[in-house]
Amino acid sequence: MHKEAAIREPLILGHKTYHEITEDVCKPIEDKAPRMWYILFGIALVIGLYGVGCIFYLLGTGIGVWGLNKTIGWAWDITNFVWWVGIGHAGTLISAVLLLFRQKWRMAINRSAEAMTIFAVFMAGLFPLIHMGRLWVGYWTLPLPNHFGSLWVNFNSPLLWDVFAISTYLSVSLVFWYIGLIPDFATIRDRVKKPIPKKMYSILSFGWSGRAKHWNRFELVSLVLAGVATPLVFSVHSIVSFDFATSVIPGWHTTIFPPYFVAGAVFSGFAMVQTLLLVMRKAMKLEAYIHTKHVEYMNIVIMVTGSIVGTAYITELFISWYSGVEYEAYAFFNRATGPYWWAYWAMMTCNVVSPQLMWFKKLRRSLLFTFIISIVVNIGMWFERYVIIVTSIHRDYLPSSWSMHYPSHIDLGVYIGTIGLFFVFFLLFARFFPVLALNELKTILKSSGESYKNDTAPVHPYFAKNGHGSHGHDHGPDSGTGHADPNAEGTNDINNH
Amino acid sequence: MAEKVIYAMYDDDDVLKDGAKKLVAKGVKVADVFSPFPIHGIDPIIGVKHTRLGIMAFLYGLTGTTLATLGMNYFMIHDWPMNIGGKPSMTYLDNVLAFIPITFEFTVLCAAHGMAITYLLLNKTLPGMPATNPDPRTTDDKFVMELRLSDNGQFSEGELMTMLNETGVIEIDQKDIH
Repeated sequence: MHKEAAIREPLILGHKTYHEITEDVCKPIEDKAPRMWYILFGIALVIGLYGVGCIFYLLGTGIGVWGLNKTIGWAWDITNFVWWVGIGHAGTLISAVLLLFRQKWRMAINRSAEAMTIFAVFMAGLFPLIHMGRLWVGYWTLPLPNHFGSLWVNFNSPLLWDVFAISTYLSVSLVFWYIGLIPDFATIRDRVKKPIPKKMYSILSFGWSGRAKHWNRFELVSLVLAGVATPLVFSVHSIVSFDFATSVIPGWHTTIFPPYFVAGAVFSGFAMVQTLLLVMRKAMKLEAYIHTKHVEYMNIVIMVTGSIVGTAYITELFISWYSGVEYEAYAFFNRATGPYWWAYWAMMTCNVVSPQLMWFKKLRRSLLFTFIISIVVNIGMWFERYVIIVTSIHRDYLPSSWSMHYPSHIDLGVYIGTIGLFFVFFLLFARFFPVLALNELKTILKSSGESYKNDTAPVHPYFAKNGHGSHGHDHGPDSGTGHADPNAEGTNDINNH
Repeated sequence: MAEKVIYAMYDDDDVLKDGAKKLVAKGVKVADVFSPFPIHGIDPIIGVKHTRLGIMAFLYGLTGTTLATLGMNYFMIHDWPMNIGGKPSMTYLDNVLAFIPITFEFTVLCAAHGMAITYLLLNKTLPGMPATNPDPRTTDDKFVMELRLSDNGQFSEGELMTMLNETGVIEIDQKDIH
């Protein structure tokens, strides 16, 4: 438990005690929801229900209601699927990869980013399911013994890899998120007075009591889950990219797809986290925990991943020319100058130009600018998938088959509907769940809290009386009584180093 | 058999850690500590052994790898070999590259869920289980040390209380647990 370098900006602003952290996070749950919450929830619900209506219409009529044709057999649905999966990459990246890298700033944002991930993957999962048209035979994607002479699913197919990747990612993220939530639900359970919420949170908290042994296991489980979730995050979008990369369509079968898709996913995921958190911190008065420094860190991630994506675009262009393959070169030339030029240049502007603005410190620390860019990036990433998918197939080998894709109103309804449903889930989360990881934030209070860093926090009377250092945190290894043996301490220090 | 338990409450993790160390140095056995967040460095002081759940996670992962390998070998090579574009499908090794993604995903699936379930069962934290923390404030900002009289036969109750009072404790509570 070392003292953090003084030049690092504090992660928790002002002076907070453990109790104040609990208060700040639990207050919005215990108070009545503000009017604005009801308004937003109402709007999201109406949009979401419209989407559900469109889905029912689609299931009742068949997927002919989509704007597909003989040439363009894949367009809107898969674009939305990849877009949502991409957005769903930030949460687990924040909680798993940043845990392994010991980035303490993740603690203020991991809970809501993971929630966002889970809801985004729900929305993503919806698209392959409804695309089957017959939702009720969705279980055919699993290798189950059956009456077709035991015909198995094709394990060579990237589409089946997707089934495994997405379901593993969703369920592992859910478990990771929930294990972190259990102690925080216990905090709420022990605070609320009304019988029904008390009962509800007591079921949700699984009877958590915070024993030393349980915390010991908790930290190990978090670490190991982070360890297995890290390669998982990278594998999921790699596998999504295999859907295209293993095909033989010019514009799709490029070997740089896996890393390029993963970078794009992280890029769009962080943008969505920014969009949501910038509003949430204001609405729920969490400015002391999620402040400019957090936004800046995330903007740097956006800048780096955005640059990777930009490099990938340019590499693709170069290779399409350098390879000397006529079809490949045409696919890319057509993207930039053909009938979909507007989508291509929208993608280029949003994804290549906008993240470069983050090199300016002023801009990346500006909340308003960040909010605008985060939305621009998400629009850009939607266009990226649309460009890759539709422009590569709309020019078939025979010019007589050339075609255009026009989304039908059902296409639009389902897509807009998933955005509505996503916000329904997120608003419910913000209303009833602890939006910050309480137990994790309390562990960094003394090392990264502003008042503790500049020594303005009151010294605990016990240490003041016994002539200890300021708050039991900054005595050196030889000051004796205040510390456990350093070797022993290293064994279970997961969050704090 | 009823057992007398002393719950000593602190309002700071470092004070509790300091106190625990002093008590343990005098030969007192601390049965448990309840805290709102993991207190780093408390485990070796009160003698909580490091968990072996990590080994379990590895074994669950290994199970996943094995199941995925055996399963795909049976489905794709033995039971119904598929000829896809004339690509080799006769032996597992010919086809192994295509099986790697699912083998990996299934390994992660088994390791993560196996460990999570084991963790919940070991902690006895399951939906509907009653909370056992002695005071509701221990999930907010208070820290409680649990001493059992039966563990500390060499000290009288009074001696334990005196020793506790020197450690910056803010409240002491006694309970009979059954």
